[in-house]
Amino acid sequence: MSVDKFTYLESSCVPLPNENVDTDQIIPARFLKATSRDGFGENLFRDWRFDSSGDPIKDFVLNQPEYSGQVLVAGKNFGSGSSREHAAWAIADYGFKVVISSFFADIFRNNALNNGVLPIQVSAEFLEKLFEAIEKDHSQKLSIDLEKQELSYKDEVFQFEINPYKKTCLLNGFDDIDYLIDKKTKIHDFEESRLKV
Amino acid sequence: MKAKTLFDKVWDAHVVEHVEGGPNILYIDKHLIHEVTSPQAFSGLNARGLKVFRPERTIATPDHNVPTVNQDLPIVDMESRTQVETLKANCEKNQIEMYGLNHPNNGIVHVVGPELGHTQPGMTLVCGDSHTSTHGAFGAVAFGIGTSEVEMVFATQCIMQSKPKKMRITIDGELAKGVSAKDLTLYVIAQLGTGGATGYFVEYAGSAVRSLSMEGRMTVCNMSIEMGARGGMIAPDETTFEYVKGRMHAPKGEAWEQALEKWKTLKTDEGAVFDKEYTFRAEDIEPMITYGTNPGMGMGITASVPALADIQASELPSFKKSLAYMDYEFGRKILGKKVDYVFIGSCTNGRIEDLRAFAALVKGRQKADSITAWIVPGSKKVEKQAIEEGLVEILEEAGFELRQPGCSACLAMNEDKVPAGKYCVSTSNRNFEGRQGPGSRTLLASPLTAAAAAITGVITDPREFL
Ligand code: SF4
Repeated sequence: MSVDKFTYLESSCVPLPNENVDTDQIIPARFLKATSRDGFGENLFRDWRFDSSGDPIKDFVLNQPEYSGQVLVAGKNFGSGSSREHAAWAIADYGFKVVISSFFADIFRNNALNNGVLPIQVSAEFLEKLFEAIEKDHSQKLSIDLEKQELSYKDEVFQFEINPYKKTCLLNGFDDIDYLIDKKTKIHDFEESRLKV
Repeated sequence: MKAKTLFDKVWDAHVVEHVEGGPNILYIDKHLIHEVTSPQAFSGLNARGLKVFRPERTIATPDHNVPTVNQDLPIVDMESRTQVETLKANCEKNQIEMYGLNHPNNGIVHVVGPELGHTQPGMTLVCGDSHTSTHGAFGAVAFGIGTSEVEMVFATQCIMQSKPKKMRITIDGELAKGVSAKDLTLYVIAQLGTGGATGYFVEYAGSAVRSLSMEGRMTVCNMSIEMGARGGMIAPDETTFEYVKGRMHAPKGEAWEQALEKWKTLKTDEGAVFDKEYTFRAEDIEPMITYGTNPGMGMGITASVPALADIQASELPSFKKSLAYMDYEFGRKILGKKVDYVFIGSCTNGRIEDLRAFAALVKGRQKADSITAWIVPGSKKVEKQAIEEGLVEILEEAGFELRQPGCSACLAMNEDKVPAGKYCVSTSNRNFEGRQGPGSRTLLASPLTAAAAAITGVITDPREFL
């Protein structure tokens, strides 16, 4: 599966200030029974979004019409817990292209990148200001320039970090598997050399 | 030569190539798979027209989705059945060894790997499951991966990974009576918090760690991910070798001697540098319990939930939400509070030692009428051993029954779900909102603490029974 290219995005955003949002909240285990990658967006944040009879919970941000967009802005330590890539699939399938937080769990970060979703880690101060800005103006637009590694809104600019290899992958829509398959000879050699010791 | 940590030694020996400005290509010795995170990887592989590159390095066991009763009958839940059957078909097509339901080797992937001798010191080992860190107890570099990475291992026996930073957590001293490996790990997580080790690979050291059994070490390494660590590991020693020796897939004869010689070099060199170090005293640890909705929200069982004033402003909203979910109060003890369910099992505490501890406490006592208990062995082998050792009779006399192996109420993908609003003292590893069923409330604890609650029907200090 190759991933979509990512170069530049301008979008309003959806704020979720909760800290430590774990992957069991992003997609509860009982929705992991599919054998394909599609359709997980329907159950994104399922138990925060719908009550036990399946009705939307009005207070939850995804049910508030004033918020929309392809950027999810989340509190500290996003994506902790289970390694389920279903969490990244659910976020991508729902339509998010970028997740912003002041801290990401490792496996989630990898899973997101492997699915063309860009996790942007910002400082705690920047995140706080961003939440305030969105609070003031619900349709606050953000722009994300991957080439320049810049996240900006109004006069605020944040220079974010990304592994150069991953950046190239996203800009070009490459995936790791293609890269690894190209290295098969090298992998063979490695196996051989280990047998000799 | 530069002094190396245990982690460096194992990791560096598996780097096929360092990608400029990027991650390493890391060779994987052993790949464990189960029914939930593998189907999409197999379809991806199929779509590329590829087959599994090194099938002999992969083993499969269905565990997450399986019922824990009537395993000889077809699975009732159609979606679960499809996942389990898909795993079987994929393994057959790709010549992967699978331990299906009712197979004498079936069980939770992280219980099965070590008990069959698949897990060995010095290996790299991955699985599409975050608790793969369990296998680090043997001095292996073991960590959880996502499904795209499962596909990479299928296709090339490698993944792309940046090398994490290194942390050492030293616990010296002696654990008090009634305090187990589970309490030790819950204590460490409570000190560091759920993100405290994110970006790091942890080595556990110190006399308290050294004196743990292999089961105990697995419990500790298992929970590493709950403080965000990529994985956790413990240098192999006599305890390790003793455990591995003679297991089905362990090296035999001359190969054993050679392996042993190599494994003995797997320790952190004198003077090797860690990016971060923590030291704790075993004597400071009492039986632990969690009161909130992440594993970092733990405390000694006799302690009180933090008072409002003790919580940092930035954490207050999440904290309030968490306590509201649990219906507990700031600054109050939870000892004596009502419990409805007790779950013994999971890859954290579903091994024979855990069942023994539980049985020892309930022996000659009776389950509280108000308690529903699920006692789920981690594998068929654990189940068999529990029967052979007479643990099942002890359990039955006390009003408990042993179920069949699987992940069960650890993540509630099967029928074993805790109803909304009910409290469950659980020996598993996660107390997230709804983890054991929508609206369920989980209190993480050791098998002994779970046993005490099962007898009294309320949160109880297990030391009262010892
Ligand atoms: S027992 Fe729980 S934590 Fe362990 S593998 Fe199963 S679901 Fe994951």
